[in-house]
Order: sequence, then structure tokens, then C-alpha cells
Amino acid sequence: MEKKMQKLKHLLWRMGYGPRTQSWNKWMALPENAWWPKMKDDSATEPEYFDIADSAVKGLLMGIGEIGRMERRELDQAEKKRLREQSRDDLRNLNLLWLEEMTRTQAQLREKMALFWHGHFASRNINILYQQQLLHIIRQNALGNFRDLLRGVSKSAAMIAFLNNQQNKKQHPNENFAREVMELFTMGRGHYTEHDVKEAARAFTGWSFKLNGDFVFRAFDHDKDEKTVLGKSGKFDGDDIIDILLEKRETAYFIARKAYKFFVNDTLIPEERIKWLGDRFYDSDYKILRLLEDIVRSDWFYAPENMGNRIKSPIEYWVGIRRVLPMELDAPEVQLKLQHALDQTLFFPPNVAGWPGGKAWIDSSSLMLRLRIPQLIVDKGDLDVETKDDDDQQMGMRKANQRRLLSADVDWQPVLKQFSTLKEDNIISALAEYLWQTDSKVPLNVLEEYTDRHNKENHIKTAMIRLMATPEYQLC
Amino acid sequence: MLIKRRDFLKAGSLATASLFVPQFLKAVEGRNTIASKGKALVVLQLSGGNDGLNTVIPVRNDIYYKERKRIAVPRETSLALGTEAGLHPVLTALKNAYDQGEMAVLNSVGYPNPDRSHFRSMDIWHSASAANEYWQTGWIGRYLDAQCTGRPLAAIEIDDTLSFALKGEQRKGLALQDPKRLYDSAHSQYFADYSAAYQQTESEAPVAYLYKTMAETLSSADYLYEQSRRKPASSAYPSTGLGKQLKTIASLILADTDTSVYYVSLGSFDTHINQEGQQKRLFQEMNDALAAFIKDMKANGKWNDVLLTTFSEFGRRVSQNASGGTDHGTANNMIFLGGALREKGLLNPLPDLADLDEGDLKYRIDFRQVYATLLQGWLDADAEKVLGRKFDLLRFV
Repeated sequence: MEKKMQKLKHLLWRMGYGPRTQSWNKWMALPENAWWPKMKDDSATEPEYFDIADSAVKGLLMGIGEIGRMERRELDQAEKKRLREQSRDDLRNLNLLWLEEMTRTQAQLREKMALFWHGHFASRNINILYQQQLLHIIRQNALGNFRDLLRGVSKSAAMIAFLNNQQNKKQHPNENFAREVMELFTMGRGHYTEHDVKEAARAFTGWSFKLNGDFVFRAFDHDKDEKTVLGKSGKFDGDDIIDILLEKRETAYFIARKAYKFFVNDTLIPEERIKWLGDRFYDSDYKILRLLEDIVRSDWFYAPENMGNRIKSPIEYWVGIRRVLPMELDAPEVQLKLQHALDQTLFFPPNVAGWPGGKAWIDSSSLMLRLRIPQLIVDKGDLDVETKDDDDQQMGMRKANQRRLLSADVDWQPVLKQFSTLKEDNIISALAEYLWQTDSKVPLNVLEEYTDRHNKENHIKTAMIRLMATPEYQLC
Repeated sequence: MLIKRRDFLKAGSLATASLFVPQFLKAVEGRNTIASKGKALVVLQLSGGNDGLNTVIPVRNDIYYKERKRIAVPRETSLALGTEAGLHPVLTALKNAYDQGEMAVLNSVGYPNPDRSHFRSMDIWHSASAANEYWQTGWIGRYLDAQCTGRPLAAIEIDDTLSFALKGEQRKGLALQDPKRLYDSAHSQYFADYSAAYQQTESEAPVAYLYKTMAETLSSADYLYEQSRRKPASSAYPSTGLGKQLKTIASLILADTDTSVYYVSLGSFDTHINQEGQQKRLFQEMNDALAAFIKDMKANGKWNDVLLTTFSEFGRRVSQNASGGTDHGTANNMIFLGGALREKGLLNPLPDLADLDEGDLKYRIDFRQVYATLLQGWLDADAEKVLGRKFDLLRFV
């Protein structure tokens, strides 16, 4: 495989959602040392706030309005139900909007890092307002400072509600929030005691939120007495605990390890690299971009054992297809079903620990579906998969008719433009080089047998579809 | 050289392609002539949180009738299980099994610090973790990892997608709605050729894992389709979702497929509103499907090799709510059916409705004890290895 091309794709796949056919030539024209600066530049702008309530979709404003009304009086049953349903619909739109952003934006680095944090700060919450606020905190700080990110997330209504901190009161402490902040957001297991959790929970008492999602400190519920956490004593509040956790190097190592697994290699993890990355992350006072830069600029980032060996998550897989093969979906909602069937739905992580990743993505049914999807797209085929019910969302009701046609208008022009100057004999190998991040594991002529070689255009199209319907294509 | 192979493959069907299928898959394909001596566990997941108190009804308990004025099942219409308990009137097949000594009920099954969210509590039941732990593999998946090397069909879910419970680290169950459907989606000459052209290795690398999964799926799809047609299930099954699913399970059991765990779900039992109608409708589907299944297993001398268990992510509150339904609760009962139960009937006392935890039942049996019993007692597995902890075994298996 051509070295420069493989390296560029590696960077685009790991720090983004893969190459976009329309801009591929521009990237290839750049010298290697200009890639990373361009990636950073492309993500330097402030993200747009996905305010579903402000969007053109009619009736969405109402959803937010009702949440505002809850502050003045209790909603009756019917209103609550309507709010829930509206929220559920809006959450779908937020999902689709974000997916669209991942597909089209230049700010690939930011949106990829946002997906990383979306899994790290996993939260399920049916309230659209709280979810869009949390997503914005994550996207705004995705490449910023981990301290700001952690503080922002910890004070978001979505997280406080999800981890029950509004029930954490002086008289009846609830440890859920304090435990997860230590176990999943900062240090990881093994670096604190049950006593630390209890004491930290006391410090977080009083952290709550208003119905519009604003953070509020309820002094009346706060335990003002002295606490001892991780060897320090004082009349701590929640902010103090977050500072104490960030003073621990374990927090930097924990994040560095997770980032290494996500961006570099999820099985081979040399400890000295984690230490090196973690120490520098810590010494930079938690600059996230600095951590990513350390990863990308290390010689091991492009080592052969770290390329082409990562199983794409369903979101990476699907967004990657849409970037390489531009298309307009007739009914974008089908992407919700697709996410569900492939087992990664944005805003619905499996639990607070986020998505496990790696081989966990692949079982017989998810793999067969992935192998069939490319053909379904060109056939405008039926996504004939029954997904499992979600009782949290459906409240025991039967699923409404779901969109199942994976019907899209594929814009083949960029692809044809890219490859039609090639000789017929070179088409399949050139496409394989472009689409795959690993050498072919079987002779390409096995695959070539199943392409349509009546004319060059069909040859390119069918070769592309076949190449995407392979185990190789699942890797990046 | 390569072209020769290509030509050869072109001439053949999938059966020819399987000449290139590696040894560990050959074993599967050759197995259809050898009768499996194995026992089958059928897990029936009642999704959404089935109301256990209206399933096995405490017919002599005043608190039950006081707290459920609108939705309580009267003693007269329930199907008596001894003097203290009654079954929901629709569950006649279970009543028959009870009368024959082929049913057992374990009351008050749950876990410490119960979670009332569907997804979290289901996550706990699927992974078999404690409430404050987050595990990334399911209990049946870990059984596959620990015991089922070389048995790609050891756990089968009858559905289009695979549940978390059946996902292990290295091995996963196989999901199929029915063998024909799987066959149709997997049976393509392109996939067959492509898969066959790969040189399988015993590597841990992701690419090897992908190819192995692909090869196993293609091979299993063919094999299971053949199996399902060898001995069609013999009695008439209702043409409901669960009816068809249990029929598929029956056909695979009767063909001696080398499968230890079958998994199937029914729902939704999340009956916040107008519980009576919804639970009755689902119970009717469950009852009729189970009646056909039991009859089929008995007619073919398999009932002693089958153990069926039900579970839900949680039970429901003791008191009804204002909408003729019930809200999320905690501990629940589990029902076991099979011809070879060592203990029958009510295995432990009905829940104590006078001793509640903020309106919810207190658990008496940890569900992981039940898993340990099923793993060790029925599937001959090392339960401690699979569950990561030692649990005292129950005696009904």
C-alpha cells in the first residue's frame, strides 16, 4: 500500500471520520507536515449550538416553552406526556443533526473528539433541552481544557439528573454522582476508597439544576462540615473535589490511556507511552489538544501495528461511508434504525461506562448487516432488521412504523471523477487503496469477479460497493 | 494458481466452497449426524418488567387486594398453585406443568441496591454484575468464552440482533429470527467465495476475528437451515411472534443441534397504563406458545433435556398507580419449566408484602445465584469462572 496515502488516511480516519471524496485531492496535494496544522485549523472555529428549539422544525419551540412553564406550576399528566413525546422526537432530530455535522463539517477533529467525550461522559436523559446543552458543552470543550470540560459536564442538568445528584442532600447523601466522577470520569477504579466516595458525596450535596437546565447550588441542602477526600481535609464543596481529582496524576493517566485506546490501539498498550502522554497532559494542565498533538506527532502513531487494525464503531463506519460516497438520503430517519441495528445509537450509550468498542461491535448479525449495507444503498433496499424495543423510550407502547428503506440518491460524480482516468486493470486496486486501511487479505481477483466490467463507470461503482462489503472495510 | 482456485469455486455452490472452510468449522458441518447429548437452556426474557405479583398471585394476602383494588386478580379466577398462590388465569399451560411437577417458581429474586431504570437494570441482569459495577460482557457470552471453544452454535438468540447477554469477549452467540431468513441474507456466492479465499489463522488480530465471524456465520447459516428442515417441529404452533420463535427453537432441539442456550424475548411488559389488557394479551401469546412447545418436546422425548426459565429486569410496585397500571419495582419471581426439575412448585415463600422497602419487594435470592445454578447444575459449566464470584447453588436443578 502506498505509504503517504496510507498515512494520510490513517490520520483522517483516526482523528476524523475518514476521507471525504470531494476534498481528497486537496489533502493529497499537501506536504505531510501540513496535515496536522490543517486539521487543527479546520477545527479552530466555535461550534454552532445545535438548538433544536430554534430550528425551523415546527412545534419544537413548544417543547422548550413547556419546560419553562414547569417552573411556575406543575404540569398535568397529559402535558407531561406531550413534553416527553416532543422531547423524544427532538432527541432524534438532535441525533440526525449531529450525524450530519460529522459527515459534512471540516471540523473533523472536533467532532471526532466530541464522540470520544460523548462516550466518556455517557448520559441517558430523555429531556431534549438538557441533552442539547450537554452536547454543546462537550463540543465546545472537546479540544479545550479537560478541567473546563469536566466542570461543565459535572454541572450540566443532564449529568446531575442522570447520576441522581439532585437527590444528594445533606440529610440523605446519594453517592452515585461522586462515585462515577471518580470511577469513570477521572481516576478510574483502584485509586480511591469507599470512604473517599462517601466524603466526596457530602461535598457534592446541594449541586442541582433549574428546570431550564441552569446549574444551581442549593445551600440549604449542602453539607458545610469538614470532609476528608484522598488525604485532604477541609470544608470542601463540589468544585474543590474536582480540583482534588485533577491534582492526581492518575486522572491524566486514565484519560491518556483511554485516548490511546481510542485513537491508536485498543489492545497493544505500552505502559511507558501512557506514562509519557499522561505526564505531559498533566504538566500542560490538561490541554486536550496538546494530548492529541503528542499522539499524532509520535513516531509510533504511524507504526504498522497501529494502522488498519481498529474496528470502526457503527458511527464511524456509517459516517465514513457517507463521506466517501456522497449521498442524499430520502428519509434520514432510517439512520436511527441503522444505529440501533448496529448497536450504537447517539445519546443512548449502553450504560454509564460508554460503548465498549473493539470486537464488541462485531457479532454475526452486526457483521452481516455491515456487509450488506453498501449494496442496500445502491439498491434502495429494505433495512429488514427488527431492532429490539427500548422500554425507557417507549413506555411499553409498541413501536410506531419505522423508516426502513435505505433509499438514497448517491452522487457518484466525485468518485467517478477521481477514478475514471485510471486504466481498467488498475481500478480495483486503486479503489482498494483508497477505501481500505489494510492490505487485502484475499486476492483481489476474487472480488473482481463480482464487478460489472461492461463499462468503466459501472466497473468503478460495482468495485466500490464490493470493496465496502468486506471484512477489510470494517477496519481503519 | 489463484485463477485455478477461482474457477473451481465458480463451479461449486456453498457446499463446494466449504472445502476451504477451516477445520474448526468442519466440525460444525459434520455434526449433523451425531446426536447431541447436551442439555438445552431456554431463556425467555419478559422485557419491560413483568408484574410478578399478577403472575403468581398471593391469593390469601389482604395487603395485595387492598393495594390493588382495580387490578388485583381475584382468587376465584386464578389457577390454584396449592392453597396460598394462584396463577394468572390465562396461564393454563403453566398450571398443567405445575400439576405434572414440571414447573417451579422462585420468589423474590433480585439484587442489592436495585435500579429502577429499564436499561440499567437490564444491563445488570445481562452482565450479571453488581449494581455498582459496569461490565462489558454478558453472562452467556462469558460462558461461551469459558467453555465453548469450537462450538460456534453454543448459544443462539431467536431475533434479528444479538442481546448483550450473549456477547463475550472473544465469542458471541448467533442471532437469527429464523433459519430461512439468515440463510437468505448470508447465502451469497460473493460472500462465500470471498470468505473461502481467506487463509484462516488462529490470530487474535481484529481482521482474523472479522473473517472468522464471517466464515462461522456463513457456515452456520447453511447448517442451521438444513437442521431446521430435518425434523420440522411436530405440533401446531400459534402463528404469533413467540409461537414462531419457539417453533424454531424446537426444530433445532429436535435436530440435535449442538446448542446449549437458546434466548428469546417477549414484551413489552412495561404496564404503566391499563395493565390488565396488555399483560393478558402477552400472557396469552406466551401461554399458547409454551403449550405447543411443551407438547412438542414431550412428544419427542426431549422434555427432560430442556430447562426453560423466565426473567424480567425488575418486578413492579406492590401498589397500583392511578392509571390502572403499576410502576417500576424491584424483586420479582422467576419461573422454571422442564421435565427434569429436582424441586417443584413454589421453591420459597411468597413475597412478604408487610415488609417492603419504600413500597417495593425486598429481594431474598440473588439472581446470580440462579445463574450459577443454571450454569453449574444444568450446563455443567464453571459458574465461578463465568460470574467472577462464588455463589451458593440452589437445589432445584
